[in-house]
Amino acid sequence: MSRNGPIALIFHALFLGFLLAPILIVCVVAFTPEGYLSLPTRGPSLRWFRAIGDNPEFMRAFRDSLLLGALSSTIAVAVSVPAALAIARHQFAGREAVTALFLSPLMVPHIVLGIAFLRFFTQIGLGGTFAGLVLSHVVIILPFALRLILAASTGMDRSIENAAASLGASGWTVFRRVTLPLILPGVASGWVLAFINSFDEVTMTVFIASPETTTLPVRLFLYIQDNIDPLVAAVSAALIFLTVGAMLILDRLYGLERLLVSRGQE
Amino acid sequence: MTTVEDTRMATDIHTPTPATGPTTTRPETRNWTPYLLSLPALALFATLLVVPLVMTALLSLNSFGFYTGIENVWRLDNYLEIVRDDYFHEVFLRTFRIAFLVTLLSAVIGAPEAYILRRMRAPWRGICLLIVLGPLLISVVSRTLGWALLFGSTGLINQGLMGVGLIATPIEFMYTETGVVIALTHVLVPFMVLSVWASLQRLDPQVENAALSLGAKPFTVLRRVVLPQVVPGILSGSIIVFALAASAFATPAIIGGRRLKVAATLAYDEFLNTLNWPLGAAVAVLLLAANIVIIVGCNRLVERRYKQVFE
Repeated sequence: MSRNGPIALIFHALFLGFLLAPILIVCVVAFTPEGYLSLPTRGPSLRWFRAIGDNPEFMRAFRDSLLLGALSSTIAVAVSVPAALAIARHQFAGREAVTALFLSPLMVPHIVLGIAFLRFFTQIGLGGTFAGLVLSHVVIILPFALRLILAASTGMDRSIENAAASLGASGWTVFRRVTLPLILPGVASGWVLAFINSFDEVTMTVFIASPETTTLPVRLFLYIQDNIDPLVAAVSAALIFLTVGAMLILDRLYGLERLLVSRGQE
Repeated sequence: MTTVEDTRMATDIHTPTPATGPTTTRPETRNWTPYLLSLPALALFATLLVVPLVMTALLSLNSFGFYTGIENVWRLDNYLEIVRDDYFHEVFLRTFRIAFLVTLLSAVIGAPEAYILRRMRAPWRGICLLIVLGPLLISVVSRTLGWALLFGSTGLINQGLMGVGLIATPIEFMYTETGVVIALTHVLVPFMVLSVWASLQRLDPQVENAALSLGAKPFTVLRRVVLPQVVPGILSGSIIVFALAASAFATPAIIGGRRLKVAATLAYDEFLNTLNWPLGAAVAVLLLAANIVIIVGCNRLVERRYKQVFE
């Protein structure tokens, strides 16, 4: 294959610079020792990261975000595994429609979902509750979990299951001892991707969160609307570091390239 | 290419094999297993996706009074108001203008980047792909905050441009469409790279070499061999980017501020500030309808036009 010429490489460098600049600036400004937005020219300081710890609202929102992400991705994975097995292995009437329905939250703008959930939860008395947040997050992250689990179940070799069954294992034992371990990489990466999507969600959550139960991105968003100071830069930087950490785990587990490229091929 | 005969032969060969499987030993008149397996997810989606969306559509037909609140009447008044009022025209027009510019910019910079990425060698290609796609997983709020920091009148962009002497007074990026377009392009361009990347995977590099060996200039190869292959990728990437840009919320809210409204921030305001829920619901229904028309309609068109490329 021919190599890239100098113009192509300059373009490439500019493109990467464009993508990285806003992310890097947040991480750099977060280390400022000053009381206002500035580059840490007097050397880096952890002052604003300590300030996050002293801010109970951000800390509580962070804790709620983690709990919300963990709960909703676990539920999403739990209902996705049987659904994925049904779609991957059975031909049944309505199979296409069911698949389309499960992937449909990807097509509905989150702003619309936020409005729909706000109306729905207020009507049934779940407005502003943590349960409401969990249920709504399950719906929006399920497609991500389902897709990875579906890919894992479609690709697995069924002769091992047949062997286990012919040796007298019950259906449940086959699932627990053979099927689940075989699709586990897909299930685990589905969980992590679902968790990241829940943890990052802001547009829908801003409608259904209440001041008492809110997530970190929503708290951050509402704070930024009023004023931008080094504290939000520090919170954002912390979020970025966490995401990069999760990305590295996902890369080890599944391969980030495979994960993201399959994401675009709908 | 598989012909009809081939597929039939393949099924004939395979029919005896599943007989050894545990699920198919029983006579399969009607198999309820797949329905039972997908039941939890189906129940969840029926109550938590279908019902709320239907309720929103119904809400958009109600009316709202400042003293009476939401009234249970069924009229198209909210839609008529949106159609008649110049303020709403302006907001929707701005939304589509921003989405169009973001799509155009993403295509112009994203497609070449995907091509350059494909021509890179093993370790670098993976690393660069990670840098390009990684931001997709980082919170939109954090990424937009970065642009807010860069954009300010004392931000790095203006300081840099003034330092070089290109401009005398700071350019206004915050609270302008330019700012929103730049920040949204940053948020959405990875989707374009992904889409073009996927279409490039189907292109055999030997075809390019064949064209070169037959005496075509590199630019001609790009125009006559590579470009026709990636057009479907660019188009399906454009559909994704346009749909996401038209319904984007956090970025226009932070960079555009309260004055520069787009459809999503308008709906947000009607819901949480003005408290006119029926009108907000009508805006949401219109956004959803536009989204579905664009995604489904354009996908059909692209697939029909480029059928041979997708096979």
